[in-house]
Amino acid sequence: MLETEFMRLALGAGAVVGVLAPAVGFFLVQRRQSLTGDGIGHVAFAGVAVGILLDVSPVLTALVAAVLGGVAIELLRTHGRAAGDQALALVFYTGIALGVVLVAQAGALNVGLFQYLFGSILTVTRSDLALVALLGACGLATIGLFYRPLAGVVIDEEGARVAGVPIAALNVMLAALAAVTVALSMRVVGILLVAALMVLPVSAAGRIAWSMRSTLVLSMVIGLGSALAGLTLSYYADLPPGGTIVLVAAGTFAVCALTGVLRGR
Amino acid sequence: MSLAVELAGVSFGYRPGQRVLEDVDLELGEGEFVALAGPNGGGKTTLVRIMLGLERPTRGTALLYGEPAHRFSRRRALGYLAQRSELGGDAPATVREVVSAGRLAAGGLIGPLRRRDRERVTDAIARVGLERVADAPLRTLSGGMQQRAFIAKALAGEPSLLVLDEPTTGVDAESQESLALLLGELHRDLGVTIVYVSHEFGAVEHVVERLVLVRRTIVFDGSPDDLPGVWHDPSHVHARD
Repeated sequence: MLETEFMRLALGAGAVVGVLAPAVGFFLVQRRQSLTGDGIGHVAFAGVAVGILLDVSPVLTALVAAVLGGVAIELLRTHGRAAGDQALALVFYTGIALGVVLVAQAGALNVGLFQYLFGSILTVTRSDLALVALLGACGLATIGLFYRPLAGVVIDEEGARVAGVPIAALNVMLAALAAVTVALSMRVVGILLVAALMVLPVSAAGRIAWSMRSTLVLSMVIGLGSALAGLTLSYYADLPPGGTIVLVAAGTFAVCALTGVLRGR
Repeated sequence: MSLAVELAGVSFGYRPGQRVLEDVDLELGEGEFVALAGPNGGGKTTLVRIMLGLERPTRGTALLYGEPAHRFSRRRALGYLAQRSELGGDAPATVREVVSAGRLAAGGLIGPLRRRDRERVTDAIARVGLERVADAPLRTLSGGMQQRAFIAKALAGEPSLLVLDEPTTGVDAESQESLALLLGELHRDLGVTIVYVSHEFGAVEHVVERLVLVRRTIVFDGSPDDLPGVWHDPSHVHARD
């Protein structure tokens, strides 16, 4: 498997996304915003459509759209009159509708969309991998530097606000991190499954971990393991990589949940 | 005695025409231990939010240590335990992780906690008597112990003003008593100003110096010993118009 360059590149991109997605998803899940990644994914789809329409890199336009969408969800959630789930629904459906209309305008409704919706990790190039590695490293470094305030807001947002912690800035930073993660994960598992890689490893880790920090580390390990095992399985069994990665993560969740039940948690 | 909190002619409604608070005058001196009591829906939490600068009064002024509360510049001096503080998600945060979150404002936002900050966290855990369970997940502890952990979190920031909103919700009677004694000790040993907000004040009646009853406005303000007997029955506070 490792003799082929496309698999080496795929494993490299999968490893980065496998670690980054749960690391960012950890904070979203703890704040009960698990579906934020999904909402951003739908906006990223509109970004892909803009890229196809304008004939520029769809990954780049998806990245821009995802960041704008992520920040919009956060602003609607905190400043708008809409409740969190309504804010998400608004962005969710506007994004997908805009994407469909724009792609139809470009006459590309059936061409190339599948790779963005369900991933196309086997077509990752060296420059794609370099971009994924660079942005992934930036994302992980940001989480490392700001772990305490991000975790502190999870533990007690109101207490932190009273003590003068800049909650709004931290929330926007988390939304931007989620957006970058979605844009990077698009090639690996696809827009429709990206949130799964942000949520399932975290939920699995929460069943067997003994602290917040251990939950974060375990979720990154499970994400990495799911990505590498899913790719390997898809190579030998000739299965779609994105779906296989997510099914491995779902299987891991089931095992961790069972372990938690057996241990009485 | 200099003032920690100064509310003058404060009225508030969340929408036009609504009167959650009406013409509230209240001064809290530095170092006081005050119970703020009243019925559910009587405006206690709103009053606290105005006090802490989280809401601005529709009419009147709210000052914290002499500064407008909503623009208060020394926020790290404030410790706040919100009503029903509970962890958001599935992660099993330990007592130490919860208390460490209280050092955010004082210890800076970037990178790991420094040694001095870690010592403050350990001190706060010891002060509320949770040393032996410091590394246990919070969710494995009783309601009373969980509230102690959140009090330690507020203490870890070394606040001058500590506000606890309904800290005994979901806590059994015995733990309520021990929580009240703990707060009395903290007040005596640290000299911190404490505002204890609750719909009933039985648990802290014997440790606070001053009792303030709120029902849209201040209906009693004085020593618990001076409280007319009938007010000791919480149903009276709830039913009276």
